[in-house]
Amino acid sequence: MDIQVKTMAEYMALGETPDILFWVGCAGSFDQRAQKITRAFAYILDKVGYKFAILGKEEACTGDPARRSGNEFLFQMMAYQNIQVLNGYGVKKIVTICPHCFNIFRNEYPVLGGNYEVMHHTQLLQQLINEGKLVMQGGGAFKGKKITYHDSCYLGRGNGIFEAPRAVLEALDVELVEMKRCKTNGLCCGAGGAQMWKEEEPGTTRVNWERSAEAIDTGASIIANNCPYCTTMLVDGVKKAEQEDNVVVMDIAEMVAASLK
Amino acid sequence: MALVSQILFIVLALVAFYLFFRKVTAIRRNILLGRKEDRTDRSGERWKNVALLALGQQKMFKKPIPAVLHFLVYAGFVLINIEVLEILLDGILGQHRIFESPLGGFYNVVIGFFEVLAVLTLVAVIVFLIRRNVLKVRRLNQPELNGFPKQDANTILYIEIVLMTMLLLMNSAEGALRIQAGTGNGFWVSQLFAPALTGLSTESLHLIERICWWGHILGIFAFLNYLPYSKHFHILLAFPAAYYTRLKPMAEMPNMPEIQNEVLYAMEPDKAPSLPPAPSEGGGETPEEAVPLRFGARDVQDLSWKNLLDAYTCTECGRCTASCPANITGKKLSPRKIMMDTRDRTEEVGRLLDAGKNPAEDGKSLLHDYITVEELRACTTCQACVEACPIGLEPLSIIHQLRRNLIMEESNAPAEWNAMNANIENNMAPWKFSPDERDAWVNG
Repeated sequence: MDIQVKTMAEYMALGETPDILFWVGCAGSFDQRAQKITRAFAYILDKVGYKFAILGKEEACTGDPARRSGNEFLFQMMAYQNIQVLNGYGVKKIVTICPHCFNIFRNEYPVLGGNYEVMHHTQLLQQLINEGKLVMQGGGAFKGKKITYHDSCYLGRGNGIFEAPRAVLEALDVELVEMKRCKTNGLCCGAGGAQMWKEEEPGTTRVNWERSAEAIDTGASIIANNCPYCTTMLVDGVKKAEQEDNVVVMDIAEMVAASLK
Repeated sequence: MALVSQILFIVLALVAFYLFFRKVTAIRRNILLGRKEDRTDRSGERWKNVALLALGQQKMFKKPIPAVLHFLVYAGFVLINIEVLEILLDGILGQHRIFESPLGGFYNVVIGFFEVLAVLTLVAVIVFLIRRNVLKVRRLNQPELNGFPKQDANTILYIEIVLMTMLLLMNSAEGALRIQAGTGNGFWVSQLFAPALTGLSTESLHLIERICWWGHILGIFAFLNYLPYSKHFHILLAFPAAYYTRLKPMAEMPNMPEIQNEVLYAMEPDKAPSLPPAPSEGGGETPEEAVPLRFGARDVQDLSWKNLLDAYTCTECGRCTASCPANITGKKLSPRKIMMDTRDRTEEVGRLLDAGKNPAEDGKSLLHDYITVEELRACTTCQACVEACPIGLEPLSIIHQLRRNLIMEESNAPAEWNAMNANIENNMAPWKFSPDERDAWVNG
């Protein structure tokens, strides 16, 4: 995939203003699996001619894991720094592939002086599909495939966004099979609240194993995701269940990128 | 004789209401030990929550079977109280079935309807007892319920059985008396039982009717005073809890303005307020007046009053725990236990205050002595507990505040979190990557 990506600084040097800032997030920037999601989404934006920018080296962690772990000082420091950068560039609109970053921008930065219009990438994909800008080839590469969708806590329950990702899956013409615990009752992947960075407490099983088993039980060949952390956790859970030959864990952006004309 | 029983009744009623009022006042005082927090905005939405969550029990219906049973007991409780009103008026005024003559024929319909509700309540309560004690539904038999909580739940159900049985037996005796006098045959349900009692003497029937009448009302007075010591207090507190529940998205964590400002003043010292003027000679305001700063919560007084209201409201149904990913996978965390611990510690602090002691002096705190680090660490902040609560209680809010205290006051974090936070601080990402690599994905 050859993608044209410019930073905010580059746009500024050109004297231009991008339509939207693509906030990549830490997982999307550094995690090898999540980088594929980032590239897929950037590819889509590029393909439809959406004028987007990234912050590049100027992007920094929103502070979400620090705040959830209890370290409010560090969160406030990161927030201060990020809001300075964003406001300095006059950013108005942000899209992100990470529901944790999404939640921070949508709910937690405004009181600190960071007011932006925020979209999760599945929302932007839905919008592009509705506007007819995104057209899938022959119904898409996933037409008729049995797929289950995992609601991330911070996009779903936490922010009430259940329909946008499902609408995108519908446009891909898949056969969506819901897990018993879905939408408001969705089960966590186990990574939230800074759990991603530590071992779980002793228990009978791991949260991601429990959730992956539930997803595998639907008989779906693909587990569709909206969060890079959920993707990591479920990839691991599918491996644990030795189902990696039968079940693929994908972000919705990757599915769309693979289906474009 | 009639006058004696009238006076006795009035005295008992006054004592019952006084004791209840005294305990409720004490609980109110305990709840207000919590930190101030404004939850009075958007009153329209708040009243809507009272209507939907508390009155309408909307969220209960996520689990239809217990929801229907619970609704029967709830409707029975609320409506049968109209008959209790009649009993109260009869007792005070020395009358017998005071509503009968003004209501005429409609009285039979009303009482008959209450009897049907009483039967339905009995059925529901028996099913509840079976679910708890025979079927042993998992969420009703988890470790935090061992001891008093389990006994409490069963006690409430037994009291309901006794009250409903007395009500039906009272009306059946009344029906039998009316058959003997040729003035009627009882009400919708009691008329089925009344004929079986007609063999008894009029005196015996009068006695049964009176015993049941007194038993029913004394049972209600006892129940009223048991309520504030029980998880069953939710029948009253569910209404304020639903009113004050959070209206913001569940994923949003509240800001800490004192830390926000501290960071701001560190970055932009010119914005820091100038030092307060030195206290003028001859006393005046002393620095002690400044509120001692506490990061997060260590004990119940550090939590908001809403957290403490939640704790007293929780009826230990365990829907939160049943939906908690940590609990489902065998970790020690149980959001229900968080609520129960918070209530128990608040009660303990209240008792210390009642005894004229400083609650800080018992050397205990909610954090560590009630809720352990291991429980707090297991939370994924997924908000399933908040979503699951039928009346919008927020166990996660308490977890967040205790976690803040652990990290910011005790520097108590697992090594992995120390590394994560150090990486965020130094590398701008929770992993040890160079910030220069942040856009490397473009060329991936």
